[in-house]
Amino acid sequence: MENMLAPDPDLMRLKAQLLALEGPRGRVRSAATVAEGPAPEQVEAQALHDLYAATPADAVSVNAFGLGLALRAAAGRPIVWGLHEMVAQEAGRPHGPGLHEMGLAPRDLLLVRARDVQTLLAVGEEALRSPAVGAVLLSAWGEAKAFSLTASRRLALAAESGTATLFLARAGAVPCPSAARTRWSVEAAASIPLAGEAPGQPSFSATLLRRRGGGATGTWIMEWDREQRSFRTPAPLSGGLAAVAAQRPAPASGDGPQDIRPDRDRRAA
Amino acid sequence: MPVVFVEKVKGALRLASVDPAAAQAGLTPGLTLADAQARTPALRTVAHRPEADAALLVRLMEDFGRFSPMIAEDAPHGLMLDVTGCAHLFGGEAELMQAVQARAGRAGFKIRCALAGTPQAARALARFGPGGVFAEHAVRASVRRLPVAALELSDKDEQALRRAGLKRLADLDDRPRAPLAARFGAGFPARLARVLGDEDVRITPHRPPAPVIVDRVFFEPISAPEDVERVLADLLAETAGRLEQAGQGGRAFEAGFFRVDGQVRRIVVRTGQATRDGAAMARLFRERMGALANPIDPGFGFDQMRMAVPWTQTLKPAQPGLAGETPVEEAFGRLIDRLTARLGPEAVLRFEPMGSHMPERAGRLVPAAARVGVEVWPDLDPDDPPLRPLQMFDPPQPVETLAEVPDGSPLRFRWRRVLHEVVGSEGPERIGGEWWRAPNQKTRDYYRVEDRQGRRFWLFRQGLYGETPEPRWFIHGLFA
Repeated sequence: MENMLAPDPDLMRLKAQLLALEGPRGRVRSAATVAEGPAPEQVEAQALHDLYAATPADAVSVNAFGLGLALRAAAGRPIVWGLHEMVAQEAGRPHGPGLHEMGLAPRDLLLVRARDVQTLLAVGEEALRSPAVGAVLLSAWGEAKAFSLTASRRLALAAESGTATLFLARAGAVPCPSAARTRWSVEAAASIPLAGEAPGQPSFSATLLRRRGGGATGTWIMEWDREQRSFRTPAPLSGGLAAVAAQRPAPASGDGPQDIRPDRDRRAA
Repeated sequence: MPVVFVEKVKGALRLASVDPAAAQAGLTPGLTLADAQARTPALRTVAHRPEADAALLVRLMEDFGRFSPMIAEDAPHGLMLDVTGCAHLFGGEAELMQAVQARAGRAGFKIRCALAGTPQAARALARFGPGGVFAEHAVRASVRRLPVAALELSDKDEQALRRAGLKRLADLDDRPRAPLAARFGAGFPARLARVLGDEDVRITPHRPPAPVIVDRVFFEPISAPEDVERVLADLLAETAGRLEQAGQGGRAFEAGFFRVDGQVRRIVVRTGQATRDGAAMARLFRERMGALANPIDPGFGFDQMRMAVPWTQTLKPAQPGLAGETPVEEAFGRLIDRLTARLGPEAVLRFEPMGSHMPERAGRLVPAAARVGVEVWPDLDPDDPPLRPLQMFDPPQPVETLAEVPDGSPLRFRWRRVLHEVVGSEGPERIGGEWWRAPNQKTRDYYRVEDRQGRRFWLFRQGLYGETPEPRWFIHGLFA
């Protein structure tokens, strides 16, 4: 944004016009709101945010992270999840009960399957145009020519002129220049084990790679809190765990088939 | 050369139907082929295929549906059209009949037509009378002149009538009905009344007629896409007006494209909510037609287009907000409709729970446009981490595992050529097969495992030790 040229009056006037056009959500404002808070606070509404899976194996993590952010951004409004067919082939199809178990409210979620990236981007743009949608998550797999800077600008513009926040989650792709407000790299993080070394809550390690207009970057280790429907810093182990352990008889590995937790039984029924 | 159609009846080849030349040679249906050949040695025989006749009649019905949506089969070899309120589209009843005859003639059919006030009277006049258009007051007189055969009674009854000297319907009409009913059965007076046009029985149309139908007939066939689109928009605008008058909204709109050569193409657009917004529907049709795998081929042009609304619902006139904003529900419904029109119903989905403990069947995806009631997801224990994966493989993918003990959780496993070292696991969660669906499904022991990189997987072992010689391991899903 620094003006490296000699102050040409015409150019200055044009810049002023452009600034006025960009509106209150323009870049100038975003540069001013550099927060030190937790990662989700860095994600502005009505903008495009790029999320990259650190490795192809983190596709599910990046989708879940995107869904979590989308849920926060949507604030009760419906979410549209555009899914590239390749994602379903590589990392599995979205599972309704699994979404429910993460507290992601499957009834507010519209899943749109797109055969190719071009369709996926069109779905994103269409969804952003609707005043009803709170957030849009587009999950794509692999590199594609369609992910051009132009496409990114279109999406960013659609997000800024609409009412929804757009998250573009990509796996199997290297971060590339785009018009996104923020760019993240997401990978799975080790969870805090529950009693009996059982895997714990969904955990992520999210690195803010770049922020448009400058500002602090960094890495956050986060845990998804289903009850609060938000991310939180993983709580260190404390005495409170004992109570949890009492409720959860440890299903130690190698137990016989008789050892099935009663509450698990109920769930399976 | 005379042509006869033959079919096998009780082991003998008999004539099923004959062409005019054969009829002139004295051949009648029912004759055995041997007798026919004895009488007329030069015969061309063709196998009688009633199912092909029926299929042809259905195709004709589709095409002649252009004259009226109320069309039904009128066996044998006949079509019955209810043209109430349709004649003006063709310039009048006589012109309508001319159009029907011209169309059939071009397709190579010889037809007999009659237009009368009731279906049975028209049938009798077409099959046993002169045919033509009969004005309301003239129908009765014309029908009275028909022979009693027009009642289509059994041979025995018809013979009995002839013997009694009753040759024309007028002879029957002038008589009291009670003795006739006593002689020929209680159904006889009703049959007579129907043929005479005293009683009107509605036809059962081939396709249930839509509550709202708007037609456009062109003098010149159109084929340019922009023309088609303009007509479509015009049809939709008129449809919207009709729906508004009726206080209804459409949930499905069907555009019919009638080609000059008789092909009919129908395109249906469904909406999630009842609507009568012509402009929005035009947009949906544009998207639907743009996304057709098999695009509409105008051939030599369309000579008629029709917009039907087969599914309507009561739609109260909505009060738009002061600022003209649309309610969220409606806006979301419109988005679903637009996406469905473009990508097809199988691509725009909602999650729905199912009452099954089998993970594959516990949830399903349903087309979002087919709105369902409120779904109920099971309650969750707040202390539990997610116990079902966010994304699931269908079918499960095989993995190689190494376990501490044969029936324990795996220590490490290899999936897609990558070795994962398990640092934490929980299980087994034992899930039995649904034996009432398919027998001999193997029991599965599910484990939630986390590897050294912090990724969480859902693995299962299929079959129990002792039950299955060598149980195999699969990965069924991925947790966040």
